[in-house]
Amino acid sequence: MRAGRNASAPEREDAVAIDAIVQADTFPKLLIHHARVHAKRPALRHKDLGIWQTWTWAQVHEQVRAYAVGLHRLGLKRGDTIAIVGANRPKLYLSVMAAQTLGAVPVPVYADAVADELSYVLAHAEVSFAAVEDQEQVDKILSVSERLPKLTMLVYDQPKGLREYDRKNLRSIDEVVAEGRAALKQDAKVGEWLDREIAAGKGSDVSIILYTSGTTGQSKGVVLSAKGCIDAARDTVAFDKLTDKDEALAYLPIAWVGDHYLNYAQQLVAGFCTACPESGETAMADLREIGPTFYFAPPRTFETMLTRVMIRMEDASFIKRHLFHYFIGVARRYGEKILNGEHVPLHGRLMYWIGKALVYGPLKNVLGLSNVRVAYTAGEAIGPDLFSFYRSLGLNLKQLYGQTEAFLYVTAQPDGQIYADTVGPAVPNVDIRIADNGEVLFKSPGMFVGYFKDDAKTKEAMTPDGYVKTGDAGFFDQKTGHLKIIDRAKDVGKLTDGTLFPPKYIENKLKFYPNIREAVAYGDKRDFVTAIINIDLTAVGSWAERNNVVYGSYQELAGHPLVYDMIAEHVADVNRSLVADKVMAGAQIKRFLILHKELDADDGELTRTQKVRRGFVAERYAPLINALYDGSSEASISTEVTFEDGRKGVLAARVKIRDVATVPVPPTMDKAA
Amino acid sequence: MRAPAASDIAAGEVLLSLENVSLSFGGVRAIRDVSFDIKKGEVRAIIGPNGAGKTSMLNVINGFYQPQQGRITFKGRTRSTMRPYDAARGGIARTFQNVALFKGMSALDNIMAGRTLRMRRGLLWQLLRVGPALKEEIEHRERVEEIIDFLEIQAIRKVLVARLPYGLQKRVELGRALAMEPDLLLLDEPMAGMNLEEKEDMSRFIVDVNEHYGTTIALIEHDMGVVMDLSDRVVVLDHGVKIADATPDEVKRDQNVIDAYLGVAH
Repeated sequence: MRAGRNASAPEREDAVAIDAIVQADTFPKLLIHHARVHAKRPALRHKDLGIWQTWTWAQVHEQVRAYAVGLHRLGLKRGDTIAIVGANRPKLYLSVMAAQTLGAVPVPVYADAVADELSYVLAHAEVSFAAVEDQEQVDKILSVSERLPKLTMLVYDQPKGLREYDRKNLRSIDEVVAEGRAALKQDAKVGEWLDREIAAGKGSDVSIILYTSGTTGQSKGVVLSAKGCIDAARDTVAFDKLTDKDEALAYLPIAWVGDHYLNYAQQLVAGFCTACPESGETAMADLREIGPTFYFAPPRTFETMLTRVMIRMEDASFIKRHLFHYFIGVARRYGEKILNGEHVPLHGRLMYWIGKALVYGPLKNVLGLSNVRVAYTAGEAIGPDLFSFYRSLGLNLKQLYGQTEAFLYVTAQPDGQIYADTVGPAVPNVDIRIADNGEVLFKSPGMFVGYFKDDAKTKEAMTPDGYVKTGDAGFFDQKTGHLKIIDRAKDVGKLTDGTLFPPKYIENKLKFYPNIREAVAYGDKRDFVTAIINIDLTAVGSWAERNNVVYGSYQELAGHPLVYDMIAEHVADVNRSLVADKVMAGAQIKRFLILHKELDADDGELTRTQKVRRGFVAERYAPLINALYDGSSEASISTEVTFEDGRKGVLAARVKIRDVATVPVPPTMDKAA
Repeated sequence: MRAPAASDIAAGEVLLSLENVSLSFGGVRAIRDVSFDIKKGEVRAIIGPNGAGKTSMLNVINGFYQPQQGRITFKGRTRSTMRPYDAARGGIARTFQNVALFKGMSALDNIMAGRTLRMRRGLLWQLLRVGPALKEEIEHRERVEEIIDFLEIQAIRKVLVARLPYGLQKRVELGRALAMEPDLLLLDEPMAGMNLEEKEDMSRFIVDVNEHYGTTIALIEHDMGVVMDLSDRVVVLDHGVKIADATPDEVKRDQNVIDAYLGVAH
């Protein structure tokens, strides 16, 4: 800085810093910016020993610098890959920042992945370092270390149980930070060197590699550039007007694109505070304590929340129950209209206002959603009733559509243009095209560079003119101009009589019932539609208690005749609603069964992001599916189950199959259409 | 978390020894002339078929039963009679075969109760909760929070114990025992009634307590796999008589033990 009047120096620094945010093309540069401009504002929070701890941007910046120097001294250098394995803990987010500061590439991995899955990703990404949460992850990595020849160093967050371990290739993150801090203090040259390293980072550098959850086969490493990530985040930060006053709770798996986008990229662009829950199980309670202003949750989480509320209301006193149901009715009538700024009669407004004071406000408070300004859901279609339930409470819940290859956002609903069955128009700077076969194609600032070490797959996923194929079938709605997603393009099938069969559409209708946790529909190239159903243990368990149904295990409850009766009613309801849509009337569910075990990611039945792998389930439960179609009333099945530590056991059961009455299809009236 | 008195004894030396202990209830001779010792820092298992006198043995160690004969030396002091209260003061904590928690209190309050013996301020001070009493409570709460973190039960901190599943109640009970910062931790069937996953979790916690806090542990357990994995040395009782005392591997091969468990034709 040139010598000048002292008074203007801070101003000039501010100007430099503001300049920096416009120009910053890597995350370490953004961090420097916030350390200057928002030095005293909170950047990270974590509940530790029951008390919320807060780090300011200045503190985070200092720690990251020390950590980066420490990692460098252990041998991490530009271009190396470093695995990040664990839950949403501040030190793991700092690990991502520290690695990027050195120009190394973080590779977050799903923490609940079993050792085999973990070793595939780590070996494929050729990681030389791993930053992990605790002993569990250290053990997992050590157990497959012979498959990871390049791995030289493990750093960990929580020391519990690791005291006796061989220290040769193992350090605690605290030690690494302390060592780096000492080095920075001792020699001013170290700091200068680090500044040069940060300055050497370019927007075109690889910023992170995110492995897809692998709905279809082996997971692929999606390579994202620094500039792509930051540009994409800038667009949405502007779209939703996020600022440094906002706050988010990071509870989604850090290996998922959503977490890196929402709680890291957006955080570093907008400068808001990300809070980390105390532990995985406390996320709901922490949500309430933090009261975030920006909230993202997959439909499943909203479902679970609603289920829990409904169960608690069933157990509530008579007066409370009636008050609740009455005002939820009021909200259903007027709530969404008020949120959308439509015309509502005065008495409607008045009733809604009373309901807000008595029911909606307290309810949102219990759920931790009181302060939420913008909430998103994505990942799967959300049930229209579920969606409008939250909106009617006054929660600004919107939908977005995206994928890892786009660095999340492709479309998002702007405030005031919300529809349950669309995912919104393209986000600014994103270009969408619908291919002839109905597949959605896009081109966006955040789109991926390619799949790591897999040019063939990269080529397959792109059109010759540089658009990315999403694999989803969709179309633009004439009325709203929003994109509508039907299903995975390859999943939409046809019954033998030619009726359209979109499995997810049917499954979503089933899953809206709190008693049904998961459903898998079959019907492609078959005569009729059938479904495998997973009951929700919390909801059905509570129902069982109230109805004096005695059971000893999940398996017993799932097979209970009364449970079957209840689920059969739900299925019949779904059939009735399918008839309402004439295209879908032929796809009614004729037979169903309740599975004796919960579908589980450890058994490969779900992806790590909790999506059903339909093909795998079909293969695994082939005897059951045959029985669904051959008319038998029972079938035996024995399957291998994997425990959390990787050991295997066998689970055998006899599963009953139920027929459901279908509604006769009304004669088609093509003239009307 | 070692109490100062125990630090006089180096790891590997005898922390507690029982010499020729006999206990009878009227005509029933629960323990007959049993001698063994527990070394500082080890995990000591007491096993045996039903009715072998294992729980009685623990009750003798923590002073709940008074043996008719024999000597007990704990931390170098030989004692004749001791009440459970004195045992607790002396640094012996335990958990019970049937969970014995305050069911109407939260998990947090239950573990806080384990700190009672370490509270210096009297009842009145604590009721007032001001000044030094508040400061003390905060210190204790900090230790309790460390234990909660250690046992990974943050999510149930404020939940009433009666509403918790059995496996978690066991964990809370272990937490309460740990809150005493004991020199010797007695675990009476810590895995009884647990499923496989809960057992694995509990095993891990026991190992961690032993390694992390350096706490000496004596445990009774029926699950042989668990005993063999966890313990350094095993005492085998049968009908109140000690029939073996060795490492897990040796015990497994011991003919007397095999006979006691499988029965033998007389």
